[in-house]
Amino acid sequence: MDPIALTLIELGAVVFCLGLLARLAGRIGMSPIPFYLVGGLFFGAGGIVKLEGMHEFAHLSSEIGVILLLLMLGLEYTAAELVTGLRRSWQAGVLDLVLNFLPGAALAVLLGWGLVGAMVMGGVTYISSSGIAAKVITDLGRIGNRETPVVLSILVFEDLAMAVYLPVLTATLAGVSFVTGLQTVGISLAVVTVVLLVALRHGHHVSKAVHSENSEVFLLNLLGAALLVAGLAAAMQVSAAVGAFMLGIAISGATAHSATRILEPLRDLFAAIFFVVFGLNTDPATVPPVLGWALLLALVTAATKLLTGIWAAKRAGIGVPGRFRAGAALIARGEFSIVIAGLAVASGVVPQELAALATAYVLIMAITGPLAAKFVEPVVAIMRRPASPPAVRTAGGI
Amino acid sequence: MNVDETDLPGLGRRKDFMTASGRRIGVVEYREGQTELIVSTWDDPDTCQASIPLTAEEAAALGNLLGGQRLAMQLSEEHREIPGIVTRQFSIAVDSPFVNQPMGKACIRTRSGVSIVAIMREGEVVPSPGPDLVLHPGDLLVAVGTQEGLDTAASILRNG
Repeated sequence: MDPIALTLIELGAVVFCLGLLARLAGRIGMSPIPFYLVGGLFFGAGGIVKLEGMHEFAHLSSEIGVILLLLMLGLEYTAAELVTGLRRSWQAGVLDLVLNFLPGAALAVLLGWGLVGAMVMGGVTYISSSGIAAKVITDLGRIGNRETPVVLSILVFEDLAMAVYLPVLTATLAGVSFVTGLQTVGISLAVVTVVLLVALRHGHHVSKAVHSENSEVFLLNLLGAALLVAGLAAAMQVSAAVGAFMLGIAISGATAHSATRILEPLRDLFAAIFFVVFGLNTDPATVPPVLGWALLLALVTAATKLLTGIWAAKRAGIGVPGRFRAGAALIARGEFSIVIAGLAVASGVVPQELAALATAYVLIMAITGPLAAKFVEPVVAIMRRPASPPAVRTAGGI
Repeated sequence: MNVDETDLPGLGRRKDFMTASGRRIGVVEYREGQTELIVSTWDDPDTCQASIPLTAEEAAALGNLLGGQRLAMQLSEEHREIPGIVTRQFSIAVDSPFVNQPMGKACIRTRSGVSIVAIMREGEVVPSPGPDLVLHPGDLLVAVGTQEGLDTAASILRNG
């Protein structure tokens, strides 16, 4: 068959299947990410169907997917929100980092994946899915709740932590020497600071440079700028994802809102391909052996996120049910855990089992996270009034 | 009366207060401009029993129902307690540079620290006008701030 025809057919079939999966996920009110991952597992290496024709396109698309995911993460919060978030909730943010980074890192060391593996798995278990958390909070009508700002500011802190973590991770994965690594990290820290300062003072200039009333021009400007910045960042060994993320932070105000609107469909498409490609590159046969570890890790890190939320909400003067709601909203891990694992796998310095563990872990967390957020409320309510029903019954008996 | 303003990073801003009956009531203003009325449950003031999306007209109508006309007088009454805080009214002249412009263009809060808490227009009160609200000649702006701030705001509205 003509190779182009083969590519088109494969790509069409995959995207169409993703559409079906996303619809199924929407029907039962779940994040589509675990469905995409499972879809990828089925299609890919060692799966049921082998897809060879679309390999090149899929590879490039998944890179673009990561760039768009990080660009939109940067667009989500303004520089001012990041700075106030950092100032107001750094204690909760640090607790979050320590409690949730350590379990992943510890397991990686235990499994003999070394410091690089620990660095990667720590990131995978640390970062909550801001996408899933925001959707859960909106869907459950909790935006007006008092604990919601607590949850959001932890997500903001994680967002900033990513800006520091990703360059460190890229340097570690590239296996550069300690001095070069420090240099790379130093450069990216300086860039992060400069971008934040520029975004605070002169964000409107950056916004003006890409903004246009014409949505077509705006889209092309945005995408062009994102790919350009990402490419340059990659050339400087800072990681393409961080470049896109920084651009997202620098774009602010009304431009950021319209940019989010205009990029959403593109992000959805390319991110979906990214998740599938991640699944494609994971051999399904490697998943069952690590399933036990994934379950254990899920259990531990669900508890640590819950603790983080409870502690942070308690400090903010929230009542007991609200503390649990805050903790449960943070449990879900998703897109960024896969981004981190994807970077690691692409570098080829971590074992194949890491991809399998990350896949299984995110599958569990992306499914149970929203469920935990939903059911934590009735569970806490039941736990908090155990004594009253028997009392009523006695009164009725007399 | 203390209205709490809380940032919701990535979403917008929540403004609410505790009623004497122990319920929390207020609004969530989204970045995209929508408004939601929120009311807490009776047993847990942290959570919301209802979040009701309101259009701009509905929000204005509800505001009017809840006591619009007395707003300005009440404001001056309340701020009498706080030293340094004054309520003043500005009318928009026909030749003001902000006629038929969204109020946000004047950047009054940023430049003078003064809050425009309401606008009186054709006998109606628009409470908490957003930056998108277009100013008309003859509008009466109810402003709260310090003496100096209010002087600055007056000059901004007159001269741009």
